[in-house]
Amino acid sequence: MTIKLGVPSKGRLMEKTFEWFGARGVELSRTGSDREYAGAVSGVEGVELVLLSAGEIPRELAAGRIHLGVTGTDLIREKLSNWEQRVDELALLGFGHADLIIAVPDFWVDVRTLDDLDAAAAKFRARNNFRLRIATKYHRLIRDYLRQNGVADYQLVDSQGATEGTVKNETAEAVADITSTGETLRANHLRLLDDGPALKSQATLFRSKTADLSDKERVDLAALIAKLALT
Amino acid sequence: MNRVSDKANTLRTQFEQLGALPVETAILQPAGTLLDLYGEDIRGRAYITSDALRGEQMLRPDFTVPVVQMHMERGADPARYTYAGTVFRRQEDDESRPNEYTQVGYEVFDRAEPISADAEVFALIASALGEAPVRASTGDIGILVAAVSALETSDARKAALLRHIWRPRKFRALLERFSKPAAPRDILSVDDPFANAGPEIGLRLKLDVQMRLDDLCADADVAPISKREIELLDALLNVRAMLPVALEQLRALAIDLPAIGSAVERLNARMVALKTRGVDVAKLEFETSYGRSLMEYYDGFVFGFYAETHADLPPIATGGRYDALTKQLGQGAEIPAVGGVIRPDLLIELEGGA
Repeated sequence: MTIKLGVPSKGRLMEKTFEWFGARGVELSRTGSDREYAGAVSGVEGVELVLLSAGEIPRELAAGRIHLGVTGTDLIREKLSNWEQRVDELALLGFGHADLIIAVPDFWVDVRTLDDLDAAAAKFRARNNFRLRIATKYHRLIRDYLRQNGVADYQLVDSQGATEGTVKNETAEAVADITSTGETLRANHLRLLDDGPALKSQATLFRSKTADLSDKERVDLAALIAKLALT
Repeated sequence: MNRVSDKANTLRTQFEQLGALPVETAILQPAGTLLDLYGEDIRGRAYITSDALRGEQMLRPDFTVPVVQMHMERGADPARYTYAGTVFRRQEDDESRPNEYTQVGYEVFDRAEPISADAEVFALIASALGEAPVRASTGDIGILVAAVSALETSDARKAALLRHIWRPRKFRALLERFSKPAAPRDILSVDDPFANAGPEIGLRLKLDVQMRLDDLCADADVAPISKREIELLDALLNVRAMLPVALEQLRALAIDLPAIGSAVERLNARMVALKTRGVDVAKLEFETSYGRSLMEYYDGFVFGFYAETHADLPPIATGGRYDALTKQLGQGAEIPAVGGVIRPDLLIELEGGA
């Protein structure tokens, strides 16, 4: 059997990952037609490329179906509980930087911090008979973050895309999302809280702690890690 | 599993023989009510599922809410209920904790004598636990509420503290902030606070923002809570002793904190009622802060029974008074209520039968 390396299947994240490995003498490439999700590895023995959606890589690592995987820290922490027990962080890859942030309408001039947000949520709930809604797809991370910071009287509403538009569309009062530059937020008249991001994320190479290894795979994995200069 | 359900049935039958009405509730509960009550945190502790017709449903995380709802709709007054069944709790951090287990409960809805009902529930649970090696901790959220309500500060600050009584860390942070002069905020000193702000979007209106700015303005002039009051509150929060000793400490504190006087005398009356029911109050721990990180709905007497021999076990039984919950679920109606639950699986383990 071979060492399975999971890599995001499209876009900039895939290209940057290929570059990162290429710079260390491990050539990753897609094979077949543009539409076929198949890949090849050269420069090391016994490693197979598995192209996956970045969002599914945490699950596959935790299940031990892939040995290594590249995905964002944010996705690992959102999707895996006790993530430290399931995966090892081998290397921060230095791209795919993104912050998980909470943003409110810019005209909420009274809300600069999480404490303000909590106070505003209390008043909002009293006046509207429902909890202040925060649109996000990072439910676990944001819920933990808000609990640690003593924010109450809010609810999370699921938003899998175009999250910045939810306030104008009146399906949420605030948003929690990943941003790299904040431009989309500003364009939608939203502003970050002053407390800083809930989480700073970047593309990271993870190793599964649960995947079984045969003797040969153990040797191949060690060789790959040595080649990537990670030891 | 059979032994657990046998034990559960035995316990429920005992409560029935004491006059409680056996009740059952659906396993799938409408999620809306529970979410509204507990807030977003419940999603981390309960299983939520959904269908296209009824929307979000929650696998019953406890019996209290459905039993209260049932009582408010059609219950006799007064009423006593018992139940036994499975509850479901999502476990995201600790794989050794079960995500479904049995609870047997006893709940009392009685306006006549709340103190005596507190003692009744505690004593019944204690005797149901029999000879199991447990120690009991108790508390009374009402004492802290009384102390906070009487602080010499604005109503807004008291409301903020009361709202966070069940979040000790945030409560502490607020208390610290309120004990210093309010930090200046630039936005309060400009002519037009909205001059550089974006357009009004969403359901929180400009009016809401303006109202909160007015609140902040008013708060800026509020004098800090005095050092003396903070010290008294700290002393109150630090009371932790066997009940008779704690009572004397609280009475001493009540000289400087007269507002807690009647709450402390209720504690005394409860101690007497517990004694009358045969509880050895000299061996009962009391802690002012006890129960503050439990479910938000407990707002008076609170208690828990812990294994003396297995420190790592969750409490074998817990309970308390939840008058505010009946008010919130009662749509205008309310009734004093107190109850407790036992975990028969843990009880068997303690009795050495696991």
